[in-house]
Amino acid sequence: MLEIKDIEKLAKLARIELTTEEKENLLKEVDPILGYVTQLKEVVSSVGETKKAGELRNVTREDTNPNETESNTEILVADMPESQGNYLKVKKIL
Amino acid sequence: MIDLKNLTIKKTHEALVRGDYSVVELASAYLEQIKKTDKDIHAYLEVYSDVLEQAKVADEKIKNGTATVLTGIPISIKDNILIKGRIASSASKILENYIATYDATVIEKLKKEGVVFIGRTNMDEFAMGGSTENSAYGPTKNPFDIERVPGGSSGGAAASVASDEALVALGSDTGGSIRQPASFCGLVGLKPTYGAVSRHGVMAMGSSLDQIGPFGKTVKDVEILFNAIKGQDMMDSTTIPDKAVEVLEDKKMKIGVPRDFLNMGGIDESVVKSFEESLEKLKGLGHEIVDIELPNLKYSLAVYYVIVPAEVSSNMARFDGMRFGKRLSGKDGIEDYFLSRQAGLGREVKRRIILGTYVLSSGYYDAYYNKANIVRELITNDYKKAFEKVDVIITPTTPGPAFKIEEKAGDPLKMYLEDIFTVPINLAGVPAISVPFGFKEIGDKKLPLGIQFIAKHGGEEVLFSISKDLLGEK
Repeated sequence: MLEIKDIEKLAKLARIELTTEEKENLLKEVDPILGYVTQLKEVVSSVGETKKAGELRNVTREDTNPNETESNTEILVADMPESQGNYLKVKKIL
Repeated sequence: MIDLKNLTIKKTHEALVRGDYSVVELASAYLEQIKKTDKDIHAYLEVYSDVLEQAKVADEKIKNGTATVLTGIPISIKDNILIKGRIASSASKILENYIATYDATVIEKLKKEGVVFIGRTNMDEFAMGGSTENSAYGPTKNPFDIERVPGGSSGGAAASVASDEALVALGSDTGGSIRQPASFCGLVGLKPTYGAVSRHGVMAMGSSLDQIGPFGKTVKDVEILFNAIKGQDMMDSTTIPDKAVEVLEDKKMKIGVPRDFLNMGGIDESVVKSFEESLEKLKGLGHEIVDIELPNLKYSLAVYYVIVPAEVSSNMARFDGMRFGKRLSGKDGIEDYFLSRQAGLGREVKRRIILGTYVLSSGYYDAYYNKANIVRELITNDYKKAFEKVDVIITPTTPGPAFKIEEKAGDPLKMYLEDIFTVPINLAGVPAISVPFGFKEIGDKKLPLGIQFIAKHGGEEVLFSISKDLLGEK
């Protein structure tokens, strides 16, 4: 069973502020879902951990033909919440 | 007056080439229809202001003989697919004013064909949901009964075609988000093989499951649109070379019915009845029906609701209010994240992020995420084994017809159970199509039902062939 402090910890890891009501709702909703998915443990314990790499593999390509410098600057800057010239503006970190 | 109800891509193309009407007249007819019906349906988040200009360009192509079958075809686009210079919000507050900076590969392909983009359609926020009620901009209504949902997450896409506000549509499907709304709205909807269609420029939700796919009123329309958008793409490393399974004309198929899976209960009797009728009809057409076993499919939802939140919590991390999207100002940079995500993301999105963060966190990763992947492989192997014996598998698309707005909104588990027939297909990466078959009558309303065909990887042609046969489409 999860507790409110678990939800708070997860919210902090996920960088989301939650109201008290949101935390209580999440607690109510997440617990039954976690209960439902515990059936997976029983299946796996009956078949054993047989996970293989399967058909998945990395697909890579040469890092060539970059966009021309500044060809997308204007449209990208236009989407920024705050900007100054061609720079993204954020709060001071140090 | 153009008879929008009975238009298909092919009929429209022939009429345009013959000069029965122009693309401008055709597009105007759709805009007129939107004006009439969309205040009740709410399929669109935005109808583009340049539809007629796009139509004029298409008319030129038709005049100078460079038109393809898709030139001038009015299409709606789900709000999570990028069109350069236009808003793409995924029906979320956090992207309310986000303007796409490039074209998705599917859009690039459709632009070459000269289609007319009518507008962007409503959806569950970031494609998380099965009813379109999770949109930050209000729900879409089912054109067959506006007290009911159109399904989701591509509910706006389905409603736009079902109410003749677009001829065809593009949606996306992670666990049923094309097939379930197609079923609820009496349409054909295709979830292609994982990797068949490039996802470059579609907002990621469950990256190991997402596919873009078409909606239409006929199998042929869906087939034409699929052939136009498919193909390997340098910009999406999960795309695969075309290795389509070919089908001989008039081929009689062996159709598998997963009886055990269908007998687990909770399925509306109208669905069972219409499903059995479809089997009879297919038998009558000369196909062979056999029972098959897919013993691990009953764990699909448990697998899905570990893998999806895990992938969601990673994919949603990019929405932090820094480089684009809504930013709320706190006392420092880190608080900007917390406040922007609180204000910008909806309830279901937050729920999946929290769940995903939990199943991926240290100490729980093995217990949930790894186990889900092991069972996912069992499910994939079930299909592999079944396709050694049969050409195609058949199930209903959904356990029931369209449900009422708010009927399931308060209970996430109940909502998730809606996806029982559609989710396992995405886990295995195989293609599936939903076709309209039968109705459930409630009062004076006739609610459409759907049949789902499933084929092996690359088996879209098999799906088109058997679907056309069932529907009597030539």
